[in-house]
Amino acid sequence: MDFRVTEDQQALQEGIRSFCEGRVPFESLVALEKAPLDRELFAELAEMGVFSLRLPEAEGGVGLGMAEAALVFAELGRRLVPGPLVWTHLAAGLIDGAADGSVVVGGLDRTRPSSEPILVEYLDGLDVLLVLEPDGVRRIEAKALEGEPVATPLDPLTPLAHVAELPEGERIGDADLSRRLVREGAVLASALLFGMAEATQEYATAYAKQREQFDRIIGGFQAIKHILADAYVRQEQARATVYAAAATLDGRGVDDPDRAASVAKLIAGEMALKNARACVQVYGGMGYTWEMPPHYYLKRTFVLEHVFGTVHAHADLVADHLGASA
Amino acid sequence: MDLRYAERDETFRRELRAWLAEAAPAHGTPPPRDDWAARRDYDLGWQRKLFDAGYAGINWPKEYGGLGASLTEELVYYEEIARARAPYIGMNFVGIRHGGPTIIAEGTDAQKALHLPRILRGEEVWCQGFSEPTAGSDLAALRTSAVRDGDDYVVNGQKIWTSFAQSADYCEMLVRTDTASKHGGISWVIMPMNLDGIEIRPLPTLLGETDFSEMFLENVRIPVENLVGEENDGWRVTNVTLRFERGTAWAADIIELQQTLRELAALAQRITRDDAAAWEDRALRRELGHLSAEVESLWAMVKLQVSELAKTGVPGLGGSVIKLAFTELNQRIYEFGTQLLGRAGLSREDVADLPAQRIVDKYLNTLSLTIAAGSSQIQRNILSERVLGLPKERR
Repeated sequence: MDFRVTEDQQALQEGIRSFCEGRVPFESLVALEKAPLDRELFAELAEMGVFSLRLPEAEGGVGLGMAEAALVFAELGRRLVPGPLVWTHLAAGLIDGAADGSVVVGGLDRTRPSSEPILVEYLDGLDVLLVLEPDGVRRIEAKALEGEPVATPLDPLTPLAHVAELPEGERIGDADLSRRLVREGAVLASALLFGMAEATQEYATAYAKQREQFDRIIGGFQAIKHILADAYVRQEQARATVYAAAATLDGRGVDDPDRAASVAKLIAGEMALKNARACVQVYGGMGYTWEMPPHYYLKRTFVLEHVFGTVHAHADLVADHLGASA
Repeated sequence: MDLRYAERDETFRRELRAWLAEAAPAHGTPPPRDDWAARRDYDLGWQRKLFDAGYAGINWPKEYGGLGASLTEELVYYEEIARARAPYIGMNFVGIRHGGPTIIAEGTDAQKALHLPRILRGEEVWCQGFSEPTAGSDLAALRTSAVRDGDDYVVNGQKIWTSFAQSADYCEMLVRTDTASKHGGISWVIMPMNLDGIEIRPLPTLLGETDFSEMFLENVRIPVENLVGEENDGWRVTNVTLRFERGTAWAADIIELQQTLRELAALAQRITRDDAAAWEDRALRRELGHLSAEVESLWAMVKLQVSELAKTGVPGLGGSVIKLAFTELNQRIYEFGTQLLGRAGLSREDVADLPAQRIVDKYLNTLSLTIAAGSSQIQRNILSERVLGLPKERR
């Protein structure tokens, strides 16, 4: 057992981190609010291997695993990089052009039947929509979709279109593929959420170190220190859990892959939300303003909560495993 | 990023599992909590069996008679001990986990020769004399004085929260040898518990148990040769013990929590609430699933920390992170257990074939965990100051 991030993995992580910090600083995100899907940025991410990372080298991919993908997606989450990144990544090898970013793929997880409205993210910028259902996977051409844009989506960087009805499209995979994509999507979304949990802790800590009240920096008050210590604990809990799920999906684990993915999505989802709320709170009045980072993170956690299984749905799944072993 | 155990670890597991399968059940059930003589025999007897089988001192170096196990073997050890429901370390705790390791790091040759083999063989019980009525979280404020008189220190003062004092042969004790410096005036000494002037008064816990005592020390003469490390260097010596703390402190407890959750799920499947099995209550099941995921995340944290430490040899502050998360989660899980028991949880004995005794007493016991060994609040201070770089509290 050596659960550490390897040197090669660390180099990959540092590469994507420095790319994100240079290319997608917070100020640039604000500028993307009008048109969040920046195809130029998308092409650069493709160039970095974000979408082709797990595609075998023989198929033109990088040939790496979920462990590497989790590290990369954690970095994308840290900087809230917009776009249907998880879906295009999942589509590599299934949809021509996804791996090199020339075809932008979005998706809908409809594996848990419900009466929820069909809200498609980034519809305007999509070429293809993947639809995951309990019995299989469908591919729908984006131009065949008619959607009513939501004027004020919760996350200003995740535009939504309300689609009344989905066309039939083309069936491209069976129930097994659908299950696999949900499992992998859950781990990638968990990685984004972990990165966000880490970023909100760092933002809040940095703010607490420079904001002064009562003639001292507020980070010196135990009331604030303890909020931040808890945020750090949550971030580390999310990290270990996401890494464990990724290693398990790569066949380097000791647990059931479905259970590991559920645990990761649940823990990362919960920790990201709690840390984003803590970040808003530590920023005080500034945390309630549009121009500061905390609300962007808070809002993105909800976008990720409602795909590839909610905290509650995964708690139910983990309980099923527990019940079976009792 | 690999969680699989190596073949070497699995071989270690197979051998240990085979031994435990016979040895653990053969040792019988623990004696009543207030039968101190029987508890001493039971705990030391188990330590002796571990010793004879070659499993004593899992993380002690081989040259001192320990197993010198790798960190992953240590995790396997805890997994198998929990799986076999083998006896708890009990009264051997301070000797094996604190006193012995401190002597290994800082003791004289004579101290090593006298104590280490006896601790490993289960022939010595140790207790800890650190806290005082006015020195709890602020441990360095301790006042028990040790004044040099010839070849002895003459010790006067009071210690508190001393576990197993009535059964112990030795006490690892912090005393004040210099009043001019707070941290620089503390010394670490070995106090034989049979010396004159030691009075032990049991301090019943909220469980009604007498595991804790107060110790009153009046002109106790401790030979100077019992000093471990230099005089006035006791604060550093105390921190040395932490070097043995390899992020595995809570490993056994986390595994036990996984087992507890399976037991609670089984309990929920067989008890009826609102005309159905409690397990049919979706909210209850969901809460159990949530708790199970949280335990799993702690286990992943332990493995990540152990992997880091195995390579770097430097213990980080992961111990504080895990202690904080584990102790609070532990309380929530047993509190959930008492709620699952319903009115049966009003009893501290099994009633109507429901395991009230274990669950309720464990719940009460978990209340100590967020207080002992650095309260949750102290852990948050440590993390916010040493990891996040926030301003320090006044010391």
